[in-house]
This record gives sequence, structure tokens and C-alpha cells, in this order.
Amino acid sequence: MGLEYYLMLSALLFTTGVVGVLVRRNAIIIFMCIELMLNAANLAFVAISRSLGQTEGQVFVFFVMTVAAAEVAIGLAIIVSVFKHRQTINVDEVNSLKG
Amino acid sequence: MNPEQVLFFVFGLIALAGAISVISFRHPIYSALALIITFFAQAGLFVLLGAHFVAAAQVIVYAGAIMVLFLFVIMLLNLGRRDPGSAAGRGKWKGIAVILGILFAAEGIYIAVNALSDNTAVASAQPAAESVTTYDIGTLLFSKYLLPFEVTSLILLAALIGVIVLVKRERPRTISRIRISITRD
Repeated sequence: MGLEYYLMLSALLFTTGVVGVLVRRNAIIIFMCIELMLNAANLAFVAISRSLGQTEGQVFVFFVMTVAAAEVAIGLAIIVSVFKHRQTINVDEVNSLKG
Repeated sequence: MNPEQVLFFVFGLIALAGAISVISFRHPIYSALALIITFFAQAGLFVLLGAHFVAAAQVIVYAGAIMVLFLFVIMLLNLGRRDPGSAAGRGKWKGIAVILGILFAAEGIYIAVNALSDNTAVASAQPAAESVTTYDIGTLLFSKYLLPFEVTSLILLAALIGVIVLVKRERPRTISRIRISITRD
């Protein structure tokens, strides 16, 4: 399988995540779409690493996974505390910080 | 078509279908389950690419730990029934977002194909015959990338402390009152 097929699939998955962030208003689903984008980047990392015959790409995937785990933990904690205060996680209604 | 190509298209289509399901289901639980399917399909793609360690980490960390966290929060907040946020956005913006997304995808595919034809170093590189073993990754991780690895642990520590601070229930007054009542007694 050529590298370009993996990069195309990665681009499509990333785009799906971007569209999800733009379309959905539920904060949890927006977080899931961010995970989709990170995973698409991981796929590109591994595909290019394989194509170049190097190991570095897989090490970077390891770091991306760690950062994603930290980000999810913090983000979900923020969502829980926002829900405690506002009783909603609709990002259109949580707009107090809007200038 | 050889078996590798067949498996690529099977896993790729499952991953794409799961991703589109994530953004189209109304209930967050269904979205989370579709995301798990996408993660498993991507683990299959990683195995096809010879990255067995990454595939295992994908299943354990993403499909295991992270998705359990998502499902836990969805069920804790009991979302989906009464929250209007589960519905998709307004129709006009939705259409524009989808059109822009299609343009963005076309751009990404164009770059993916063209950059390869321009960059002969990447395009002409022969795929490694043997897959990268966990031994190779570990050697690289603990020699060349030792400092980033240690910084990673700091990131995890910061996330740990941050989560505790964010969701901690603050009741210092009640504690001092209890102490006062104890000393009075």
C-alpha cells in the first residue's frame, strides 16, 4: 500500500474531526472530534515513519498519546465543573467569557 | 488486489464510517461507541503498517482508558435526554461547515499526493521490510528522546494536579466549624 493512501485517509479523518468541531454544540462531542484529529495525525506519523524506514514517528505517536490523555482528563474536569455551575454543556450557552 | 490492500480498505472504510457516525449521532453515548470503533480500526491500520507497539497502545490507552473516561462523564452528567446541546447546530452554519470541510479535505488530499511527487526522498524510500519492534522504540525513547520522555511525566503530573484542583469540593468553613464544636464539647 502506498504512502499516499494512508495520507489521504489521514486527511479525511482529520477533516471529519474539523467539521465535527464546527457543527456540533455539545462540548463532549467536540472533545471527541479533537481526539479524532489527534488520531489522524498519529496515522500520518506512523505511515511516514514506515515509509522512511525510521522509528522516530512511532516515538512521536507515544508523546501525542500522552498529551491527549492529559488533555482529555483536564477537559472533562472543566466540562464537569461547568455543568455543575450552568447545568448545560452547550457551548452556545456557555458564553460568559465572550468580550 | 493483495490482502494488504483489501485490509487497508476495510479498516479505512470502518474508520471513516465511525468518524462520520461520531459527528452525526444525536446521543453522546452513540458517538462515544462509534469513536471506539474508529480507534479499533485505526489500531488495525497500525498493525498493517508494522507498528505493533503503537497498535497495542492505541487499544489500551485510547479505546480503553480515554473512552472509559468519556463514557463515565457522559453517564455522570446524564446527558442527551434533556440537553439541547446534543442536537447539531443551526442548519445554515451546518451547510457552510460541511462545504468548507469538503474543500479542506480536497486540499489535504491534494497536498498529500503532490508533496510526495515533489519530495523524491520520501516517495522513493522503500518501506522497511521488517516491522519496528518495541525494542527499537524503547531504545530510542530512553536514549535520544530521554528529556522529552521525562517532560511527558511532568505533563501528566500537571494534568493530575489540575484535575484535582478543578473538581475539588471546597468546604474549609464547615471543617473549621466542626473543629470549633469539637473543642467546645
